[in-house]
Amino acid sequence: MASITINGQPRDVTADPSTPLLWVLRDIVGLTGTKFGCGIAQCGACTVHLDGVPVRSCSTPLSAVGPRPVTTIEGLSTDSTHAVQRAWVEMQVAQCGYCQSGQIMSAAALLDRNAAPTDADIDTAMQGNVCRCGTYQRIRAGIHRAAEMKRASA
Amino acid sequence: MRRFLMQADTTAVSRRDFVRVSLVLGGGLMVSVYGCGPNGEEPPRAATGGTLEPNAFVRIDTSGNVVVTSKHLEMGQGAYTGLATIIADELDADWSTVTVEGAGADDKKYGNATLGGLQGTGGSSAIANSWMQHRQAGATARAMLVAAAAAQWKLPVSELTTEPGMVVHAATNRRAPYGTLVTAAAAMPVPADVPLKDPSAFRYIGKEKGITPRVDAKAKGNGTATFTQDVKLPGMLTAVVAHAPRFGATVRSFDATKAKAVPGVRDVVQIPTGVAVLAEHFWAAKLGRDALTVEWDESAAYMKGTAEIMAQFREAAARPGRGVRNDGDADATITNASKTVEATYAFPYLAHASMEPLNCVVELKSDSAAIWNANQFPTVDRGVVAKIFGLAPEKITMHTLLSGGSFGRRANPKSDYVAEAATIAKAIAGRAPVKLVWTREDDMAAGYFRPAMLHRLRGGLDAAGTPVAWWQRVVGQSMMEGTMFADPTGNDTSSYEGASDHVYDIPNVFLDVHYEKVGVPIQWWRSVGHTHTAFAVEMFVDEMAKAAGRDPLEFRQAMLAKDPRRLAVLNLAAEKAGWGSPPPAGRARGIAVHKSFDTYVAEVAEVSLQDGVPRVHRVTCAVDCGIVVNPDVVRAQMEGAVAFGLGAALFGRIEIDGGRVTSLNFDRYRVLRQREMPEVTVHIMPSTEKPTGVGEPGTPPIGPAVANALFALTGTPTRTLPLVT
Repeated sequence: MASITINGQPRDVTADPSTPLLWVLRDIVGLTGTKFGCGIAQCGACTVHLDGVPVRSCSTPLSAVGPRPVTTIEGLSTDSTHAVQRAWVEMQVAQCGYCQSGQIMSAAALLDRNAAPTDADIDTAMQGNVCRCGTYQRIRAGIHRAAEMKRASA
Repeated sequence: MRRFLMQADTTAVSRRDFVRVSLVLGGGLMVSVYGCGPNGEEPPRAATGGTLEPNAFVRIDTSGNVVVTSKHLEMGQGAYTGLATIIADELDADWSTVTVEGAGADDKKYGNATLGGLQGTGGSSAIANSWMQHRQAGATARAMLVAAAAAQWKLPVSELTTEPGMVVHAATNRRAPYGTLVTAAAAMPVPADVPLKDPSAFRYIGKEKGITPRVDAKAKGNGTATFTQDVKLPGMLTAVVAHAPRFGATVRSFDATKAKAVPGVRDVVQIPTGVAVLAEHFWAAKLGRDALTVEWDESAAYMKGTAEIMAQFREAAARPGRGVRNDGDADATITNASKTVEATYAFPYLAHASMEPLNCVVELKSDSAAIWNANQFPTVDRGVVAKIFGLAPEKITMHTLLSGGSFGRRANPKSDYVAEAATIAKAIAGRAPVKLVWTREDDMAAGYFRPAMLHRLRGGLDAAGTPVAWWQRVVGQSMMEGTMFADPTGNDTSSYEGASDHVYDIPNVFLDVHYEKVGVPIQWWRSVGHTHTAFAVEMFVDEMAKAAGRDPLEFRQAMLAKDPRRLAVLNLAAEKAGWGSPPPAGRARGIAVHKSFDTYVAEVAEVSLQDGVPRVHRVTCAVDCGIVVNPDVVRAQMEGAVAFGLGAALFGRIEIDGGRVTSLNFDRYRVLRQREMPEVTVHIMPSTEKPTGVGEPGTPPIGPAVANALFALTGTPTRTLPLVT
């Protein structure tokens, strides 16, 4: 059994230590906002924050989580009011939406460390998140908009 | 189609029946077919409890909540929002009260006229086939609410108007929220021949972003949007399947001893497509599959690779094919032409590679079953499952979830992954609900690719540089063969749609086709045949323009007098892209125009080479899709289609080696990423023509627009895709 902290809540999890955090979240804890896309850290759909840093949960074994807090899309805000979430609605970013939890988690982490990212910063930070619907243009606009919102409320 | 409908689902309507039904729908009397559906669970009345439900598409409760039932799958293209926009406008609903749910399976209620009455989402038809039907559905509900208010206030209907969510009598300043009228309205007869709004009165249709935002935007930003992957039923087991490594191989034998020893694994069963490991959760099932030993019988397996397949196509391209079009005498004209141009274009297999790997949840009970799936062909899937279970189709409930992409893949004519899920549920005799989860590798190795194709072209120009002959031979697998859409004569228009019917004004045009036999399963992929025909035609037009020494835009304009809508989008895209002005240093522009699914799209790409690799900076898109329901959704679809088509043109290629697919994940099957996304500007042509679709038509022109830009930049035409290898 492992004890991990997910969205501020301590959880005792019984699973093989090799179990990727993704499947712990989805199948054992029951948080399905984090998505399975590729299983090899190539698409970013499973992105969560581990101690504030974006990681691919499909390739992060339970044994590697330790005491570091895990934040998932469900924990980003309780009411969809995180700046990135608001900007995503305003810019109408999502199409199928399957990748967007991961996109939003990557974008939120970018803005936590860079309050005013350039297009090049965005390209670098978001290069690991695939969107097959091709919402990249709106992702870029959404991140700029969220940065504005965060600065305005700071 | 008729043959298919009978074999797939005995409850399906014939095309003739559908015409009758749609006439009924057009008259606003949905209620007359309501309750006649195969499930028979709803009585033919307008009310259910405290709900006004005048037709199969909208219901309103006493709190004023409006629920729209979408007969089309929401896979990102905005169908839920678009269909709800049409109903909400005629209903004068308050947009904030509108939600949308996916329909179950019922061809009679939810058939798609553009698919011959089959319930299905494809061919960019959701808005096109629902436009009048959904306007009528909304207007009928509104008329009943107005009639209820008129009765309550003892006023003539003619004195009442509606504002979002309420009936209004302006003279006496009386207002009744819809919810308060629902009970009275539900007791009223469903009226026929309800007048529709004059388009000038539309409050939602055609309005800009912010008026009718996507109904699914918030849920897709907070993790609550539910996909098939997220369905969890009590006692459910997750199944992961060991699939054959080659198409056509079968299980010879297997040893499950080690798999069964994995904690959490509950069962291992052989099914027609492989060996399924069932476990308490995905990871245990996956570890169980890894621990299996399977011997495959490959005696009937397909053993060729993509190189051999393309060689087969090139050999076929030298021989005459099956005639499709023959205006004048293209061959003789080319022989005698002042200048001739020849080119052969090769197109690889492409995967849909939707973000949500394929999956399906099945619950089998003693005399019924239920499916949870992103149902793109719900009655087809239900018919296949019914046969597997030996149940009547009406005993199977189809729950439609949001789809994490699809691009055509979930409309599988053989219901491949749905059938696999059902065979697993049957193999364990329904002891537990089953969620079949394909890994990305399972998804990519299953095939059903956009077919590899070869186009051979020859053209002739006269001394003035005017095209006088066009000769084209198309080679590849037939997409429709063996499907419900197969033509009994063996002809397959999807192999050459967009090529045989190109409207460039050339007096001598010839086209023939070879349908090659290859053991790789193929399927429609966003824009179907247009994925390759647009490239072959539009690239060759530029090759001819260059041979004629003419500007590619002017060359096209001169040949499009008979197609004013195509010419108009071409001109609009060129103008907005600044075609006449020089591009920034180091860049060149390319243009392409194509019509697919009755929608016209022209795109101008501005491209440079960076370290020898194409870099697409800007794309200017002009689209004519008739009346626009949601302009921002149209823009989003064009932006997304550009990204989808650009990723394919730059990087897309499924490699098959000795019958094994080797492009199994995003590391080997490269797709477009953030850095490669150009700035896309979309210009929508104002129109009063009937609405057409936008899910697919933005895809075909981007590949040739980019290749034509590279041609302008380097002088070298693109003859083989993808561009980056």
